Amino acid sequence: MNSDLRTPLARARGLGSAREGVHHWWAQRLTAIALIPLVVWFAISLVMMSGADYGAVRAWIGSPVVMVLLILTIAIGLHHGQLGLQVVIEDYVHGDGSKLALIVAVRFIAVLFGLAAVVAVLRIGFGS
Amino acid sequence: MAEFTLPANSKVGVGETYKAAAGAKNIKAFKVYRWTPDDGKNPSIDTYEVDMDQCGPMVLDALIKIKNEIDSSLTFRRSCREGVCGSCAMNIDGTNTLACTKFIADVKGDIKIYPLPHMPVVRDLVPDLTVPYAQLAAIEPWLKSTSQPPTRERLQSHEERAKLDGLWECILCFCCTTSCPSYWWTGERYLGPAILLQAYRWLADSRDEAKGERLDQLEDPFRLYRCHTIMNCTKTCPKSLNPAKAIAEIKKMMVERTI
Repeated sequence: MNSDLRTPLARARGLGSAREGVHHWWAQRLTAIALIPLVVWFAISLVMMSGADYGAVRAWIGSPVVMVLLILTIAIGLHHGQLGLQVVIEDYVHGDGSKLALIVAVRFIAVLFGLAAVVAVLRIGFGS
Repeated sequence: MAEFTLPANSKVGVGETYKAAAGAKNIKAFKVYRWTPDDGKNPSIDTYEVDMDQCGPMVLDALIKIKNEIDSSLTFRRSCREGVCGSCAMNIDGTNTLACTKFIADVKGDIKIYPLPHMPVVRDLVPDLTVPYAQLAAIEPWLKSTSQPPTRERLQSHEERAKLDGLWECILCFCCTTSCPSYWWTGERYLGPAILLQAYRWLADSRDEAKGERLDQLEDPFRLYRCHTIMNCTKTCPKSLNPAKAIAEIKKMMVERTI
């Protein structure tokens, strides 16, 4: 009938405390705070450039300040997204295999997208 | 995956209706969740019409009246009938609360009564709280000290004692824990608001010498960090305590010891 004959205390203790989690939680908050000015700046910049031609946008991205802020927005945004999606997966996906696969996939995709976007910004910015 | 619908054997059907005695003028209908492990049937909602002119003011008064006078098979936990023991925690009118401190007059229309949500049901309104009780044992909710015991009481200043207010009053009714969606989804690993409030009660105690070990035991993506500040716990607490704040204080302590 019941294949789990562990005592309730053994179930509650499980494999013990992971002794981590504070780093994830703290990083999620710090990236959220950093994203507030970055996203506001990015949105305002996009609106300001509505109607601008390709050359104007290239020149804008070529500015060192803009390049740094763009790369920051991409990197921090993707890191924040990856942290948040991991929490959602841990909440709702309960199969050990599928949970692990999804968490790994989200991390890999975040790194891939991040690198691709940063390379794109650098290439446009340095005009190659 | 998380469960979003009830399993087939938990779908709730319509049960029996017990009419009030003829001549009763002030009738209130109580729709009560019924399930017994004995007959293999799905749970159902029985309707009991109670003459309010012959009944006390609290929901627990009505339940006791139903059990005494209408249907002795109705099963529920109760003890102190004054909000101190936490036995009669159940879901009344959509909110987890204590039947003994919930006024019947505060509910408009029929009164729907279910067991605490998302717990295995032993029978009728009696939930199986084995897991939360074991989780309470797992956080070791007692004073820990390795110093030479004093020859008298362990002293606390008024300020230190004041930090325990809002924590010691918890009666472990588990209204909060069973109202928490995070506990519904991951209840075997997430400790839940009631247990985390108890954990903070010892973290906040100036006499306790095991803060570090307690924090070590709590620092876990599931045990502590499944709390997403949903705040159902604080909203539902029949003792007006604030488990969400206690959990936030634990999270602050976690950061505090790293920076």
